[in-house]
Amino acid sequence: MAKTPTPAELLPGLSYKPPEKGWMDVKPDFRPGTYCNPASPKWMEWINYPYPAARSIPEDEWALPQDWKEIVLQGMEDRLNRFRSLKLFFDICVRCGACADKCHFFLGTGDPKNMPVLRAELLRSVYRRYFKTIGRALGEIAGARNLTEDVIKEWFFYLYQCTICRRCSLFCPYGIDMAEMTLLGRELLASVGLNIDWAMASVAQCYDKGSHIGAPPQAFKDMIDFLAEENERVTGITTTPSYNRKGAEVLFVMPSGDYFADPGTFTMMGYMLLFEHIGLDYTLSTYAAEGGNFGWFISHEMGKRLNAKIYAEAKRLGVKWILGGECGHMWRVCNQYMSTWWGPVDFLEKPVSPITGTRFENAAVHKMVHISEFTADLIHHGKLNLDPQRNAHIKLTFHDSCNTARGMGILEEPRYIINNVLPEGNFVEMPPNTIREKAFCCGSSSGINANENMELRMQGGFPRANAVRFVHDKYGVNHLGCICALDRATLPTLLEYWVPEVGVTGISELVGNALIFPDEMERTTDLRDRDLVGFGELAEEAGEEEE
Amino acid sequence: MQLATLLSQKKAAILGRWLTMIYESYPPETAIFLRKEKNRFDNPAGYRISEGLEGLYGALLQEMERDQVLTCLDEIIRIRALQNFTPSQALAFIFLLKIVIREELAEEIQKENLAAEILDLESRIDGLALLGFDVYTKRREKIYEIKADEAKRRVSGLMRKTGLSEDSL
Amino acid sequence: MDFFKRHFFVALSAVLGLIIIAYVGARGNLQLVFGVVVPYMAALIFVEGLVYRVIQWARSPVPFRIPTTAAQGRSLPWIKRDLGEKLDNPADTPHLIGRMALEVFAFRSLFRNLRTELVKDPDNPEGARLIHWSYKWLWLGAIAFHYAFLVVILRHLRFFTEPTMGFVLMLDKVDGFFQFFTPAVYLSGVVLVAAVGYLLFRRITNPTVRYISLAADYFPLLLILGIGITGILMRYFFKTDIVAVKELAIGLATLHPKLPANLSSLFYIHLFLVCVLFAYFPFSKLMHAPGVFMSPTRNMVCNNRWVMHVNPWNYPVKFHSYAEYEDKFREPMIEAGIPVEKEQ
Repeated sequence: MAKTPTPAELLPGLSYKPPEKGWMDVKPDFRPGTYCNPASPKWMEWINYPYPAARSIPEDEWALPQDWKEIVLQGMEDRLNRFRSLKLFFDICVRCGACADKCHFFLGTGDPKNMPVLRAELLRSVYRRYFKTIGRALGEIAGARNLTEDVIKEWFFYLYQCTICRRCSLFCPYGIDMAEMTLLGRELLASVGLNIDWAMASVAQCYDKGSHIGAPPQAFKDMIDFLAEENERVTGITTTPSYNRKGAEVLFVMPSGDYFADPGTFTMMGYMLLFEHIGLDYTLSTYAAEGGNFGWFISHEMGKRLNAKIYAEAKRLGVKWILGGECGHMWRVCNQYMSTWWGPVDFLEKPVSPITGTRFENAAVHKMVHISEFTADLIHHGKLNLDPQRNAHIKLTFHDSCNTARGMGILEEPRYIINNVLPEGNFVEMPPNTIREKAFCCGSSSGINANENMELRMQGGFPRANAVRFVHDKYGVNHLGCICALDRATLPTLLEYWVPEVGVTGISELVGNALIFPDEMERTTDLRDRDLVGFGELAEEAGEEEE
Repeated sequence: MQLATLLSQKKAAILGRWLTMIYESYPPETAIFLRKEKNRFDNPAGYRISEGLEGLYGALLQEMERDQVLTCLDEIIRIRALQNFTPSQALAFIFLLKIVIREELAEEIQKENLAAEILDLESRIDGLALLGFDVYTKRREKIYEIKADEAKRRVSGLMRKTGLSEDSL
Repeated sequence: MDFFKRHFFVALSAVLGLIIIAYVGARGNLQLVFGVVVPYMAALIFVEGLVYRVIQWARSPVPFRIPTTAAQGRSLPWIKRDLGEKLDNPADTPHLIGRMALEVFAFRSLFRNLRTELVKDPDNPEGARLIHWSYKWLWLGAIAFHYAFLVVILRHLRFFTEPTMGFVLMLDKVDGFFQFFTPAVYLSGVVLVAAVGYLLFRRITNPTVRYISLAADYFPLLLILGIGITGILMRYFFKTDIVAVKELAIGLATLHPKLPANLSSLFYIHLFLVCVLFAYFPFSKLMHAPGVFMSPTRNMVCNNRWVMHVNPWNYPVKFHSYAEYEDKFREPMIEAGIPVEKEQ
């Protein structure tokens, strides 16, 4: 008779304690829920990506090309020659461990290979083996190891457990940025056909049609028109967006999450109400319909291929400047890559707010203004008629998106807006080491907000959710504000698991709620049809009803 | 009620042992981190687990509402439900308390003839474990639920537009 | 042997091996090699290696301007930024220099390590209170180590010039302020050994750091520990003939090497370890010293939107042009009333 195990024996750690192995000998455990599905060959063919094949992660055989090793090593050499960052970050790490407990994936999963320093060593060890004399000569004792299929698999596992949030680079004494290495490492993976499906599908759809869910132009227009109708239904105000209109003053580009997915749609309604309120001469584009850039999650080149549409469209339409919506990585790309990719933007003018006359000197060359800057400027000049009481049902805390925080530095503008559209006392901050430049990531950015890796995402977002829960318990916060479409897509899911009492909202949605129009109908609900405080009986529970 | 007094007196030692045993169910590198880092924000998992355990222990010592017990169980189980555990592994931690108590109080149990009270306590631990299964199942269901919800939300604007409610999905 | 032990003991045996080599050499009448040839070689390797490595880095361009913005960026004129914010997100060169200076001289980023804890506080109505305190041991250890090392190196300049430079004498005085022992105890030496000891202790005892540590991490620490200990031994316990040391040093510095006869083996061990450190420097992680100046997340002005950054290897890419797009969707676009370029 087989012995029935005791509870203690059931626990892996207690019944069988593995010897403390060195990290080079530990192989990733591809269990369901921890990895993203590999990209379907269909998407890769759409955008001419190499080595499309139907792959399955749990299988041993990953259908790598014959000469995968040469391709990867050649790719590494090319990138070492083209990116000083990579060479430097490979060479100067002293493994002090300051970054270790800064990574939300490490805090959430406890997996030591999610310490940025060790995640970087996964790549660095191969660099030492093939590009450093000492590594070639001494091997493991010099921290070098051979490039094997197992190493490639390990890269795939851990480089897609990094959300390119740069929190590690903030604390590194030399500014070593895991995000940079993750991006370049993913390029190496892509060069042998390894990509993830969710990101690749979004890229292909954005490339071909314009938005990540692949809606054709007419569907885009239908959707925005519908949101305009919704605005009219709730506020009595007709908002009239235009599409691909030549000669408009401003081209407005937003992430596509803002017009297909709730609660982003309410942010979109907010944008339109704002533009209506100030009479902005703007147009939307069905062609450059996606500000978010999934391409950059795969490679610098693909990022450029998608991003180019924005300037190209601004040029074709003959607008004066570009206004960008609330999106995190879109703004890192637009801020740190866009004008370098494109070159001089001489067909646009230096952005000037037509309402306040403010010249956006900080966007003088690249000619794109962030909606939060634009709105804050309007409020500062008293151009918006606002009733904060309409947001009285919202007790807010603000999540700084990694990319706007650590790749741009846009921290005060959204807070200024929040303080003007919310009643006093309705805004509280999370603990200081979890916000602003030290913000914890949502855990699902950089193309890994797929469905199949949900357990991983919930662990990666745990540090963020934990801080939200703190302010919820302590101050009764019921909404988490953000200026990022990926946040609006993924934080509701995260909070549903960890802090279901808290909902997610864009900042422009709050602006839309608060705007007073001269000819509006009496407002009894917010943009989500929730009763305002003082109207309806459910006012107090509005926050909990949501989701 | 001698046992209850003893349990209160030895609370710190028992909780500590229990926590250590749970941490050891993680890979060694992870366990070390969980155990060492005490900060609520820098080690959210460790913090939540120890909060939950304290609550559960309190529940055993005194009468506690079922809801409160479920909340404490949930603190721990919702973390373990995400990790690489089978249901049996995820919940085994509850039964470990029996071992801890038997070992920590071995002498007293012998001397003071507490066998009857111990049996009663162990039954209540079994009760906790049974509730744990409910919580675990709920949490696993929750994961599927949030997956489905997110999939719906990705096109929810579109659904509203076409007049389809989410329920018709 | 597990990963940690392998890496630690390889580093330890390397340092012990070096000590034995120097000892044997000093005993075996190889003073010329260890007193003259090796120092010259080490200096040559150090300088050439350093220059070579920096040039190697510099040969790769910086394609994108990717500073880590660690505070509010330059924005609307009425959004005020204090000096700290301007330094953490520099909008111009003077502030960038400030940022780099803070990074290099004060280890700004390491100083950022901050933790939040909920502590019991009976006076507070909630019974607890959230405190933010800094976890700065690593920063303290690192900064103590680097500054002590700097002072020690500067102090050693007194061996190389006659008369000794004024500032070195002054440094000597300040450093040896605590005269509870004869000769006066140099604070820097004590701090150096203590700080290296802490860094080594931390590396071995902190499980996460031990897990990631390689022989290349233990080796420099052990080497510097060896240098510090031999130095201290020479100064306080087994007195070395300072005049002879100075004679050797000046000889080396003026390229007229002379080998004094009465130098102890301990001295040769000390000197050899120093030489190894210098020769090892350019090929190791110690290159973080020049490297930090070249780090693109730190040494670039955060002015992306008003000063264009040029990528030297920027190349045109194929993107889905509007014309292609319209060709594909012309009909539905016309039907939906979206303006098009060509009507058919």
